[in-house]
Amino acid sequence: MGCVNSDGSITNSARLMLSLLSTPMTAEEAAAQSGQPLFKVRSSLREMVETGLVELEGEHYRTSALGKARAEA
Amino acid sequence: MQQEQAAMEKPVGLPRIGSPAPHFEAKTTHGTLRLEDFKGSWLILFSHPADFTPVCTTEFMGFAEIYPELQKLNTQLIGLSVDSVYSHIAWVRNIEEKMGVKIQFPVIADLDMKVAKAYGMIHEGESSTETSRAVFVIDDKQVVRAIIYYPLSTGRNMDEILRLVKALQTVDANGVATPANWRPGNKVIVPPAQTQEMAEERTQDSSLECTDWYFCKKTLAGA
Repeated sequence: MGCVNSDGSITNSARLMLSLLSTPMTAEEAAAQSGQPLFKVRSSLREMVETGLVELEGEHYRTSALGKARAEA
Repeated sequence: MQQEQAAMEKPVGLPRIGSPAPHFEAKTTHGTLRLEDFKGSWLILFSHPADFTPVCTTEFMGFAEIYPELQKLNTQLIGLSVDSVYSHIAWVRNIEEKMGVKIQFPVIADLDMKVAKAYGMIHEGESSTETSRAVFVIDDKQVVRAIIYYPLSTGRNMDEILRLVKALQTVDANGVATPANWRPGNKVIVPPAQTQEMAEERTQDSSLECTDWYFCKKTLAGA
């Protein structure tokens, strides 16, 4: 999916996911709520965890403080 | 150490039906994807020789046409060739612009041929730089369930790929087999009896159509 543009800004799909993950949820729940295929959501969440935009607790993902700041920027 | 390195770089053979699908992590037109991202869905991993070639273009249009039907079958689609992601992006945009067909499934940019070699998609007799027209049907548990290979010259039959997925899912759901040229709604094959007693019972089972003890068909409920 790609969550960060070359200029450092976040993509529209990442912004949408960060908004969704203000409520912690699993990848399956995020896929169902976003309407995106699960494989895309898993890939996107992995990338967002690696870049610190999202935090993972057990099987639940949630927007980090950094992610919230970047989504609001 | 050098031997280990050489072994890792040596092209491996074709994965076998019933074996776990080889792991991959690859750059695609939809970002970096791993095989395990598809866990829980069936997956058709297919390769094509090269972007911007006519037969491959017709195949991509064909795959795009069956993609909605595949998704209804909980089946995802991912393409692959030894081209860059920029080439893939340019090509799928060209297909949309010139042919009016939107390619919505991801395409692996396998420039280092890691995935192609893991799946035995390079057939040196045809080309050492292009992937043949391979199709791997991988089930929701990431086991290889079927493999189809076509040469560079001949485009694949999308209807057969769709039929194959439907047949495999019917087999799994009902513990049956499917006869030649089976289509959804057609009678299915009941696996042969394993004992004499079962063979005798089989021939007396009025719910089955038995030509002989080893050759019984039945209609599935709802078919």
